[in-house]
Amino acid sequence: MSIPPGKLLETPLDQELEQEFYRDLHTDLMFLNLGPSHPAAHGTLRTFVALDGETIKAAVAEIGYLHRGFEKTVEHRTWNQVIPYTDRLNYCSAALNNFAFCKVVERMLGIEITPRAAAIRVIVGELMRIVDHLVCIGTNLVDMGALTNFWYTFNKRELVYDVLDKLCGARLTNSYGRIGGLYRDFYDGAVPDILHCVKECEDAFNEVEALIKKNRIFIDRTKDVCRFSAEQALSYGFTGPCLRASGVEWDLRKAFPYWGYDQYDFEIPVGTTGDTWDRIMIRFYEARESAKIIRQAIKSLPGGPICVDDKRIALPEKANTYQNIEGLINHFKLIFEGVRVPEGDCYDAIEAANGELGFYVTSDGSGFPYRVRVRPPCFLIFSGFPEMVEGSMISDAVATLGSINIIAGELDR
Amino acid sequence: MGVEQQLGSDVLVTRLDAVLNWGRKNDLMPMPFGTACCAIEFMGLTSSVYDVSRFGAEIVRFSPRQADLLMVMGTITYKQLPILKQVYDQMPDPKWVISMGACASSGGFYDNYCTVQGIDEIIPVDVYIAGCPPRPEAVIDAIIKIQEGVVSKETIAQKPTTAASLGH
Amino acid sequence: MSETTESLTIRKVKEKFPDDVVSSSSWRGDDALVIKKEALIAIATFLKTDPELDFNFLVDLSGVDYLTHPKPQPERFAVAYHFLSMAKKQRVRLKVYVGLADNQVDTLIGLWKSADWMEREVFDQYGIKFKGHPNLKRILNHIAFVGHPLRKDYPIKKRQLLTQSDTLMDEMKKRLEAKGLTTTGR
Repeated sequence: MSIPPGKLLETPLDQELEQEFYRDLHTDLMFLNLGPSHPAAHGTLRTFVALDGETIKAAVAEIGYLHRGFEKTVEHRTWNQVIPYTDRLNYCSAALNNFAFCKVVERMLGIEITPRAAAIRVIVGELMRIVDHLVCIGTNLVDMGALTNFWYTFNKRELVYDVLDKLCGARLTNSYGRIGGLYRDFYDGAVPDILHCVKECEDAFNEVEALIKKNRIFIDRTKDVCRFSAEQALSYGFTGPCLRASGVEWDLRKAFPYWGYDQYDFEIPVGTTGDTWDRIMIRFYEARESAKIIRQAIKSLPGGPICVDDKRIALPEKANTYQNIEGLINHFKLIFEGVRVPEGDCYDAIEAANGELGFYVTSDGSGFPYRVRVRPPCFLIFSGFPEMVEGSMISDAVATLGSINIIAGELDR
Repeated sequence: MGVEQQLGSDVLVTRLDAVLNWGRKNDLMPMPFGTACCAIEFMGLTSSVYDVSRFGAEIVRFSPRQADLLMVMGTITYKQLPILKQVYDQMPDPKWVISMGACASSGGFYDNYCTVQGIDEIIPVDVYIAGCPPRPEAVIDAIIKIQEGVVSKETIAQKPTTAASLGH
Repeated sequence: MSETTESLTIRKVKEKFPDDVVSSSSWRGDDALVIKKEALIAIATFLKTDPELDFNFLVDLSGVDYLTHPKPQPERFAVAYHFLSMAKKQRVRLKVYVGLADNQVDTLIGLWKSADWMEREVFDQYGIKFKGHPNLKRILNHIAFVGHPLRKDYPIKKRQLLTQSDTLMDEMKKRLEAKGLTTTGR
């Protein structure tokens, strides 16, 4: 007879059968470590589970295996030197973290970035969101045994990385944002390159979706698996795709629009049950919406400078630096002493690929941050992970861990 | 390998060495100990654009008992260190270690209370790859260096004998 | 954010808890209230349950060490709570000052489960204890770590070796007990 997994003790008949079955069988709980050296390629996470056969009866999560001391280290760096450290937070979508940090500091400085910088931040940010979702879906499907999708998604990532390489100078950890704007402007030919990438990535998403959407194995492994209700998600502090998969329509780009997001026409996909299926499929829809935003932003890309015209914040042009003494001193002071941010504290956030990435920054008025606190979306999502997987099997836990897209760099900082 | 006991100290097995080492170098089984951003570049390496399977190193073995190349990719913190040591100890000989990226080689730009300043504080490293993260081509270069290193390994290297009879 | 709603949160909290609000500000558009730590749970519950405010989401919980800050502060540490009202699209920050000697604050875990791990992190990095927290254990640093690294007087390069990983059995036992199971069986 077929008993659906995880539903053993539902009816009195089932309970009687179970007691009958176990009467002569002395069973103990088995304790198993899932991680931190993890085959499911999600970084250094540890889940300690108590197993009864294959069912997880209790789970405890441990993090901190990639705690690199971001918050302590940046207290000893100037404001612009923090930016490479922010890259390594969510390293799958590095530029978004830069922009989030720059956004907070710009707010503390009381300046508005130029329209062109805002539009480029939107374009590159949405491109990074697409890349993050490609990684998440690719690795998640590999965990479930669907290896082909890994290659479909990762090959397209190489195209995007080529563009980012030419644009920012680095493939993965871009450091593209600067306080007051961006590192540099688009190169000649960047716009057709980006449009080509976006088209290729959309094709990849369509191909992968076509492969898995009606696949019996995928549906059985993800539908109704590890459900998380909206109340639970809100209580645990979920944001981003995981919260939207549970049915809560909340996106910072619509709620508190920034960088001109209110002028673009896009939708927020929302799930219904908060199971693993929802959490994975929502990323496909989000990626398509990101592609829409990129196309609109490119169409309406304004001209102009990419950094604010304020000598106390933005570095001078290289010609000025090398040819006149004021430019040289300006450059020197900005690099060595850092941008002077007024004393006070401020919290600001953006809708990063995993949720609300916020920075609570305290400044003491000098060129060095006094305290930078990262509000990491993955931290809170992983805190709800034990509750998500209790009651399901190990294979469900593996599929779910992939669907919540934990990036250890952001989790542990 | 057990061959040396039966053959005694008068027999040199250069052809056997060559065959075994040819097999080992063309079929390296990496154990990806990926912690941070470098692991993402490694995943890019296994994709079809860079294709590490050209070098035989495609079959990643997440069980240290079945692997011979430990690739440490990413920052190692003091919390992770006992686990790295345990994984390294569980690997059977002969084994090689690649330290990929600035963080694994020297701590990177995280010079603070929680980051190990280079995994060579605790395990011996064969090849260091610089970069933050290194490009996939750099990792392929490191794998090729490891392959060159494999060729010069001897099967009966541990056997105590006079220097002259070994020849190499 | 319009002028009236900007001060609505601050106004309502000041009306309801006139003695517990030490100061308030709206610098750069951030509504912030400094409150006495004894009133934390009461004010947080008020923010959550009042229908006009409806702060249903705890966004962030973090600590700050003001030891080397140029501006004099009432106490050495502060714990900053950030709340979000999704329905009203409002944010607010509550700040509670905590001294080194009496470094205890009430836990918010009864209201939001997200406070669980965030309070553990503040304890780990600053040493601020949370009264009523079920599992106040280190979360980011390893089990053999001594000291609280984010404090300004902790030297940044002071490294501490770990030789044996945490078995996590203590947390597991608590979790099993909560579910009515024992470590040896059903």
